[in-house]
Amino acid sequence: MNGVHDMGGMQGYGPVPIEIDEPVWHSDWERKTWALRMAMGAHGKWNIDMARHANEKLPPEQLLSFSYYERWITSLADMMVDAELVTLDEIAAGHAAPGTIKNPSPPSADQLMKGRASGRQSRRDIDAAPKFSVGDAVRTNCNSPKGHTRLPAYARGRVGKIIIHHGAHVFPDSSAHGGGDAAQHLYAVRIAANELWGVNGRAKDSVILDLSESYLEHA
Amino acid sequence: MNKQDKKSDHGHSHGSATHSLLPSDPALRVKAIETILLDKGLVDPAALDALIDTFQNKIGPKNGAAAVAKAWTDPEFKAWLLKDASAALASLGFSGMQGENMVAVENTAEIHNMVVCTLCSCYPWPVLGLPPSWYKSNAYRSRAVIEPRAVLAEFGVTLPEETEIRVWDSTAEIRYLVLPIQPEETKGKSEAELAEFVPRDAMIGTAL
Repeated sequence: MNGVHDMGGMQGYGPVPIEIDEPVWHSDWERKTWALRMAMGAHGKWNIDMARHANEKLPPEQLLSFSYYERWITSLADMMVDAELVTLDEIAAGHAAPGTIKNPSPPSADQLMKGRASGRQSRRDIDAAPKFSVGDAVRTNCNSPKGHTRLPAYARGRVGKIIIHHGAHVFPDSSAHGGGDAAQHLYAVRIAANELWGVNGRAKDSVILDLSESYLEHA
Repeated sequence: MNKQDKKSDHGHSHGSATHSLLPSDPALRVKAIETILLDKGLVDPAALDALIDTFQNKIGPKNGAAAVAKAWTDPEFKAWLLKDASAALASLGFSGMQGENMVAVENTAEIHNMVVCTLCSCYPWPVLGLPPSWYKSNAYRSRAVIEPRAVLAEFGVTLPEETEIRVWDSTAEIRYLVLPIQPEETKGKSEAELAEFVPRDAMIGTAL
């Protein structure tokens, strides 16, 4: 979706807020938010692409005014309601519905530690041969999908060069909407800064993006 | 957004169903959600504590610094890191969530690499821990790709005019680690000593 989360190349956001000796979290609620998101993810009701899209779907004025972890806690609540783990009435009440039977076995510390250590591999084996090779010139598409996508607006309709073939990976545009892995080949595509920004970018500099095969065509 | 609009994700509905129902103060917002989840037995407090302890105390930029120090002193490891970073880093025990597919990019006298995630906050957790606020900020995410030199200047980094800058936008599940140039004054130090000379930001590309 064309949303305010897609920030690459936007201007006017001011200086980078650098904080010396920053703690991992700034408050107990930030720490708790992060842990709740991780722990609830272990229920397997959504995948990482759905989780990213839940953030993107926050209304733009909230997305821009919220702090990072305010986005996270709010989109977590949205995902839990969508997944029917929690009801809107419970969200409004701030506690479980009367008569709720407590689940005896939430994801355990051991389960979550193992999940952290093993990770969630996005790479898949597919039969289709890669359409592009390292060195190929490619053009990115100009589409404006309404759902989740990982081709940023600033890099659409641009010509670049394949510099790495990463193998085949889950296609986020499908996975974020329950459409399954639909794995495709994934490539690092190097686009010159002047191709992206005209006279405001140098030909020598570049941005490299990891792009799914269906975002690309031969140039 | 009203309640009837829920459950319509396949139609790509936008907005937040819960925002207006939750307390606006973030600490109270989190407390309300935590209370519901504990009431329902959907989270185990011990599991939350274990997760927090891991990322507060065990996984952080010290991991990445150890890998960089090893690459600076061990040419074979460096070659492995640049060829297959996932395997090389896993050999040091640095693997797992948000580090499943690692690529290491080497800074040289000619090329400076820096890493951003313009779409969200993708970051190599096993080697660097959780990202600093600035990495997740609107300012860094928007500006790193269009004016990397101006961004670097805010970090106190000025590169020669002739240096080529490559900005890696983490738009998929590949995570990038910058291998910084070893500072001249640290030549001859041991691997263990060198790890003290690898600031986190050098492994993101916003420090040297």
